[in-house]
Amino acid sequence: MKFGVLRFPGSCDEVDALYAARRVGDAELIWHGERDLKGAQAIIVPGGFSYGDYLRAGAIARFSPAMESVIAFAEDGGLVLGICNGFQVLCEAHLLPGALLGNANRRFTFRQVELEVVNADTPFTRACAGGEPLSIPAKHAWGRYYAEDRTLRAMSEAGQVVLRYAGSQNFNGSLDDIAGVCNEAGNVFGLMPHPEHAVDGLTGSTDGLKIFESMRLAIEGVSA
Amino acid sequence: MRARVLIRPKAGILDPQGVAVERALPALGFAGVSGVHVGRLVELDVEDSAQLEPMCEKLLANPLIEDYEVEILDGSG
Repeated sequence: MKFGVLRFPGSCDEVDALYAARRVGDAELIWHGERDLKGAQAIIVPGGFSYGDYLRAGAIARFSPAMESVIAFAEDGGLVLGICNGFQVLCEAHLLPGALLGNANRRFTFRQVELEVVNADTPFTRACAGGEPLSIPAKHAWGRYYAEDRTLRAMSEAGQVVLRYAGSQNFNGSLDDIAGVCNEAGNVFGLMPHPEHAVDGLTGSTDGLKIFESMRLAIEGVSA
Repeated sequence: MRARVLIRPKAGILDPQGVAVERALPALGFAGVSGVHVGRLVELDVEDSAQLEPMCEKLLANPLIEDYEVEILDGSG
């Protein structure tokens, strides 16, 4: 299978995302000004500071030519993974509910976080077991997940809360300890922690690989 | 014409920038300060003021988390 990894001016994690995707399949970078998704079967919107994060994180990137194609791709049911700034872009694009606000601790925070897989029945988590712990690094200043109460209730009932910060790991003040959410259809997923930084034993945990492996399984139609 | 858009964090949503400023002021000797919120100010020249509202909804603000207010300044720009 083939992943397409977007690259905006100001992206900084697209190369790690490319590396992670290549652990399970083919992958190619897609420049933000391009509309052609190059035959990718899944898209990764990577971390970083797209367009300098001017105005609000993700607010300008969401209108880029590549994102216009990604929005159409997602509306057709294509798999889209947004990591950190990519999650912010997907929220700004209304592909995912809610928004990411400044961390409650008022700091850019970089730490290994322990997550809990709340919903293992998604194309992004099917290589995990329900309730499975994942150890993945997070690094951001704007990661406090927010959605209105009624949206949160509906998301929880529909299984759209995919990952939570475990125990006391919620350093950014996200509502309901939410670390990752999917859309109603389940084909768009965003999370603040960085699975692409946890795919090689050299740097510690390899738990992040399960996200990419899940996507491969979903595309290739193999059950876990 | 010249327009000014004021964007504020919505009431009830924690505003860490406001909290940081509120905590810094007493350290400088300014007592009795509370309710500090930090927002954004966008000033722009527009030909058609009817475009301001959709501009705010689409890009300048995120209506889920922010309130905005549009003010028309004088026509001199």
